[in-house]
Amino acid sequence: MSELTLSPNIAGADDFYAELLAVHEGLTKDESDALNARLILILANHVGDRDVLRAALAAAQRSGGQGDE
Amino acid sequence: MNKIFEVPLYPYTKSPDQDAATPVRHPVMVVGAGPVGLGVAIDLAQQGVPVVVVDDNDKVSFGSRAICFAKRTIEIADRLGLGQPLVEKGVVWNLGKVFFDDRKVYDFNLLPEDGHRRPAFINLQQYYFEDYLVARVREIQSEGAPIELRGGNKVQSVTDQGDHVRLEIDTPDGPYTVEADYLIACDGANSPIRRMMGLDFVGRVFEDNFLIADVIMEADFPTERWFWFDPPFNPGQSALLHKQPDGVWRIDLQLGWDIDKEEEKKPEKVIPRLKQMLGDEVEFSLEWVSIYTFQCRRMEKFRHGRIVFAGDSAHQVSPFGARGANSGLQDADNLGWKLKMVLDGTAPETLLDTYDAERIHGADENIMNSSRSTDFITPKSQQSRIFRNAVLDLSEHFEFARPFVNSGRLSVPCVYDGSPLNSADALPGGPLRTRPGAPCPDAPLGNGFLLERLGGQFALLTVDADAPETVEIDGMTLHRIALSASEDGTGALAERYLGDAASAVYLIRPDQHVAARWTAFDADAVATALSRALGKEAAA
Repeated sequence: MSELTLSPNIAGADDFYAELLAVHEGLTKDESDALNARLILILANHVGDRDVLRAALAAAQRSGGQGDE
Repeated sequence: MNKIFEVPLYPYTKSPDQDAATPVRHPVMVVGAGPVGLGVAIDLAQQGVPVVVVDDNDKVSFGSRAICFAKRTIEIADRLGLGQPLVEKGVVWNLGKVFFDDRKVYDFNLLPEDGHRRPAFINLQQYYFEDYLVARVREIQSEGAPIELRGGNKVQSVTDQGDHVRLEIDTPDGPYTVEADYLIACDGANSPIRRMMGLDFVGRVFEDNFLIADVIMEADFPTERWFWFDPPFNPGQSALLHKQPDGVWRIDLQLGWDIDKEEEKKPEKVIPRLKQMLGDEVEFSLEWVSIYTFQCRRMEKFRHGRIVFAGDSAHQVSPFGARGANSGLQDADNLGWKLKMVLDGTAPETLLDTYDAERIHGADENIMNSSRSTDFITPKSQQSRIFRNAVLDLSEHFEFARPFVNSGRLSVPCVYDGSPLNSADALPGGPLRTRPGAPCPDAPLGNGFLLERLGGQFALLTVDADAPETVEIDGMTLHRIALSASEDGTGALAERYLGDAASAVYLIRPDQHVAARWTAFDADAVATALSRALGKEAAA
């Protein structure tokens, strides 16, 4: 069973980050929210493994919200 | 106009019970002559249990109502003796289309599994189902089955007297009192009996209204299921189009909660909506329009002493997934044999508590599935709407997103995992789908099919395994059904009942659920499993 990768795994992190921002450029908040949701679903399907997905949901849940009401 | 609505099928006639000096006692009385009430009554009568069905009406229900009957229901109906007319009249469909906003996002073919006698489901108006049930009642009556149908009998009160139930019933000739060893309440979602007993529904409550229309189309229209999310003709809501027999199309338009029902039902309001939905050029006429309100919840317990609730009186779900009437018939199927064995003294009275355990498990599964469908169709938060719309947008372009689209997960029979009647699985390598608690899937056998061979009694099914032809246990005779995987050239029997095992022995319940399974016959193991399946272990 594979595990959720939480160590650096993307070659060219800065380039990917710029590409991620670029697809949102010029979009309204609603359009960006919709794009993000599509992206999450596409990536989740690519991962496929329910254990990895559950670990990803938990990692996202516990790492957010500091100073955020 | 369809005359079937207007014909009294079981008009009131005076019963000798009404003139009896002391109240007459019947083994079983059923309140409500809908699909569930008639289903359980036929089941009992076919087993020789005298049963009286009372209903304040005397006709089939008006309008199409439940329209989608699943394979499991047809298989149950086969045992009740009316599967064939259902299938002959019903519409079989496999193609569907999904629309989002103003466009079609994809279409699908259900590609049902081969090797089953019956289709995955049929569309059929509820009134036909009821009509065939009444016809079947008449048929078995003429063969001497102890079943009686009393129309124009309105139950005024029920009292559990400990060892029997007392009913006060009103009729055109005035009230009378009658008694029953057991009472089955199949009196629908608004169950007067549930109310009289002060019992309430619990659980998550959804409140929604649906406009339901039966429409007769003048032109040809494809036999497909069409489902719309957020269409221009019904913004923010859903819509469903389904074909029924006789060229009648069923349309369900979701309306939301806060609406004026009388206003929405008016033809001047309904017809423009339907024109928008079907296209201006399609000619149609309205046969029936109704507003349907649903709530998604169940009773805490279905059995209350000698009064047992079944069908909508016990649980209600959203219409998505056709889980109402289909689950009600599974209730009837679960209860029939248990009540018969308790009345005969073959099983302890606590066997009836397993009806509660198993069918509450079923109701919870149905409520979970229909709640998920409801959450997809009517997102409850901004974020859930964003994901829902993302799924629909993706489904237009990518196949992977289509399994997320949830316009109702069509009813499949419940697996009674964890039931006290199951024995531990003792067939290593056996298929998951036939584990103890599972309903038996059909399989082809030369000229026939497996389920018709199993029948409606406890049975010992052997596949490439030795066993005696009959086994006597505690005065009960178990008959063996001996099969070989080689009898089925398609391999379905082996795939569904052997898996990786070379041989198998199954103990099958009268409702065709698996009670236990082994690699080989062992008389002691079978006796223990049968005793357990009769609820004797739980009682000890």
